[in-house]
Amino acid sequence: MSGATLLPAVGVAAGLAATIGAALGWAASRLRSDAGSLVEQIDALLPQTQCGQCRYPGCRPYAEAIATGTADIDRCPPGGEATVRALAALLGREPKAVDPQFGPIKPRQVAVIDEERCIGCALCLPACPVDAIIGAPRFMHTVIEAQCTGCELCLPPCPVDCIELRPAAELPG
Amino acid sequence: MQFQVAAPPHVIAGFTVPRVMFQVLLALVPFAVVHVWLFGAALLLQLGVAAVTALGCEALALRLRGRPMPQFLRDGSVLVTAALLAVSVPPLLPWWLMAFGTAVAVLLGKHAYGGLGQNPFNPAMVGYAVLLVSFPVEMTRWPVPGPEWDAVTRATALDALRTGLAQSYTMQEILADPAFGRVGAADGEWLNLAALLGGTYLLLRRVIRWQIPLAMLAGLALPAAVMHATDPGAHAGALFHLASGATMLGAFFIATDPVSAATSTRGRLYFGAGIGVLTWIIRSWGGYPDGLAFAVLLMNLAVPLLDRHTAPRIHGHRGR
Amino acid sequence: MSSRPALPAGLRLDARKTTPLLHPLLTAPAPRIAVLALDQGSGETAEPLVAAGTRVGIGTPIARAVGEAATDLHSPVAGIVVEIATRSTVAGVGRCILIENDATDARDPALVPVDWHALDGATLLDCLRGAGIAGLGGAAFPAAGKLALARASAVGHLVLNGAECEPWICCDDALMRERAADVVVGGQVMLAASGATRCTIAIEDDKPEAIAAITAAIAAAQDDRVELVELPALYPLGAERQLIEAVTGREVPHDALPPAIGVVCQNVGTAAAVARFVGTGEPVVSRIVTVTGSGVACPGNLEVRIGTPIADLVAACGGYQGDPARLIVGGAMTGRSLSSDLVPTTKGVNCIVAATLADVAVRDPEMPCIRCGDCAMACPARLLPQQLHRAALADDRDALARLGLADCIECGCCDYVCPSQIPLTARFHAARLRMQLHDAERRRAAEARERFERHERRLAEQAAAERLAFEAARRRARGAGPP
Repeated sequence: MSGATLLPAVGVAAGLAATIGAALGWAASRLRSDAGSLVEQIDALLPQTQCGQCRYPGCRPYAEAIATGTADIDRCPPGGEATVRALAALLGREPKAVDPQFGPIKPRQVAVIDEERCIGCALCLPACPVDAIIGAPRFMHTVIEAQCTGCELCLPPCPVDCIELRPAAELPG
Repeated sequence: MQFQVAAPPHVIAGFTVPRVMFQVLLALVPFAVVHVWLFGAALLLQLGVAAVTALGCEALALRLRGRPMPQFLRDGSVLVTAALLAVSVPPLLPWWLMAFGTAVAVLLGKHAYGGLGQNPFNPAMVGYAVLLVSFPVEMTRWPVPGPEWDAVTRATALDALRTGLAQSYTMQEILADPAFGRVGAADGEWLNLAALLGGTYLLLRRVIRWQIPLAMLAGLALPAAVMHATDPGAHAGALFHLASGATMLGAFFIATDPVSAATSTRGRLYFGAGIGVLTWIIRSWGGYPDGLAFAVLLMNLAVPLLDRHTAPRIHGHRGR
Repeated sequence: MSSRPALPAGLRLDARKTTPLLHPLLTAPAPRIAVLALDQGSGETAEPLVAAGTRVGIGTPIARAVGEAATDLHSPVAGIVVEIATRSTVAGVGRCILIENDATDARDPALVPVDWHALDGATLLDCLRGAGIAGLGGAAFPAAGKLALARASAVGHLVLNGAECEPWICCDDALMRERAADVVVGGQVMLAASGATRCTIAIEDDKPEAIAAITAAIAAAQDDRVELVELPALYPLGAERQLIEAVTGREVPHDALPPAIGVVCQNVGTAAAVARFVGTGEPVVSRIVTVTGSGVACPGNLEVRIGTPIADLVAACGGYQGDPARLIVGGAMTGRSLSSDLVPTTKGVNCIVAATLADVAVRDPEMPCIRCGDCAMACPARLLPQQLHRAALADDRDALARLGLADCIECGCCDYVCPSQIPLTARFHAARLRMQLHDAERRRAAEARERFERHERRLAEQAAAERLAFEAARRRARGAGPP
């Protein structure tokens, strides 16, 4: 192949590659999908237990850490394998087991206050991230079962250890 | 009293995959008989080589993939692939090429994608296309039909048509060539009739549905008829196309392979029509005498798109 | 009499209904102990009104419905309540009221016929509510509830379902042959209760005797609001949405109920129960059940008291014969298979089949899907079962929702035709359960997120308010300086 035929051919190919590459780059940055920002998409996959086992103060901060690449996807025990898989599918990564240093995987559980032992000190009320404990100082406290996420944050503040975790009832349907 | 527990439904129609495959093989018998009468017993050798190779390759692939061998070897699907490939290739094809083509069809065309039910391309056509592109001379060497058992070969009718048109003969001059019979190719018209017979049997037994064959034949015949009416000197008519080459075999046996065809009713009509039109285009202007194999493979590519856009409206959605 | 054009999707199945219909309706003997499940199959339960030791007569109310989908329960026998205990029922394991039969068959004296002509629609509905009338086609949803919704939606067209398309079941056929007048009267009462102005009784064309009987009954009633329509004998034309489409030509939107298009649908057995109630005051304490299958000596249709153990019914039909392998409640396509015959019947049990291995199909091992498309052609909901199957295997929830898994009526047509012997119905059922669980999880997570965000806002507002109060107190403490 002589230079006379080679040069134009290479030039056309290079020009096409450059144009198409530029167009794709522009499209990737300007044409966004309407599924919400990455953080919101990640947050939608997390179980919203707000337990802090991932060492972040809530599910949203963890979602932000995943989105910026600061944290890996294997830090959520309440989400379990299903959440890791869903995150892996969203981010195009390989799923992996939940890292045991962040906590064991437990089946869905709810907190139950033993009313015999509760002294009405109201220390557990502010601890609940979803306000699922109702009560008042010197009045009986109780956990609203339907709203409890099983995050275990109410256990440490209780001075008489009257809260225990029990397996949640099966969902209907 | 205690009873065994089973999930509903408790009755089924009893169609099975082996039964479907057996019906297809049965329907190929008329075609094979005519083929032997025209070209000699070489076909039987080809069928034998293809069948043995196919079963061997299937067993190897199943072993490698760790799937249960007896159940899948018995289902007959690989025998159908072997038979379709064997009847499509020239009967004088060397046996090692037959084996090679069958191996490609079974291993590359079927198991590389995941085995039964997963292949996006028609396996027999994959094997045929690979053979045609890799060994063009052997794959276009057809013998003279008739009771003589000479090894003299000459061009098929479609071949003669193409070269004749390229050399600017008119249709009338080309049709005088002995390769042509009353309606289409001299050899092809009887083969196509036999395939039509077998295909009708499959339709009546509800093994295949009418959408793909009818759409394909229409897709082939309509452009041919229109162009023949416009310019009879340069284009063959609809009846010629319908009776030549692998038209009927393709319409009833090859295009109707359920795994690689579209699944919705409307999708099947488009699929068949696409094959017909592409076959006509390749025959008229393409680089190969019979475009069926490539037409099928091209439409196989379009199947996911067809399926997605021809899904029926679900009962109760966007109500009337 | 008129017929409508056939729907494109549906199967012609071997009906297997001749033997039980060879002789007229029989009455099954009353059970020694009637076992009434508080959950009669609707999923919601009833609260008992009686306790151990209460004396009851036939028709005495024994439980009040709790929840929209439950019905009141009445005693099917005269005797004494033994206990309220947990027992195995057709619907699973649940609390049941057990009543010992004292063989007097004494009717509760409080039962009186209802002069329904004199009542207005709303009062009639209240009356029907107390009659424990559940949809006797199998779903056991309260008839009064359906009719009340129809009245509220100003429904104009009542359709009585006499299609009975599923193989083996022929209790409605027997009912229509022998009690056609009850069906028509029931239809008229339902018209009054629901406010509808037109009643169509739909029967499949493979039931000529039933058609003749109903035609005669309509003629005798001399009510031109009631008509009969013949439908082709296709399965599953008797499914509610498919039936409505066949009779009226319109589809019920997938996310709505039939009253949305002005139609309400009831089973003919339900209509007959309504007629019996207004005529004699007797609430639902018995119903017709088909007992059939090659494993039963003398198949037939029986009038059965609710709560009779299935073993008693088989005994009333001559007992088992041969080697019955499966006991099925329902028909050939959707019937549930039981492991024991000691369970009692409920209002929803319409057919018992003692099937030998010759009656049922034993499947070959499952093969991969060959994309033949027969399932899509057979699907009455016009779904694509082969695509649904791929999505179910991959647990791809988005694809399952998009392909309409929620619209699958689990009729079994796709299973029936599949050459690869894939248990599609069971797969879809399992996939639906998984989807429901997953959707419930997602909803809970979304609610938890909302509450958490509200919690954070509350804390922030509290902190801000405390800060303001502190600033104000500090200013006051320093004297009235500038703010």
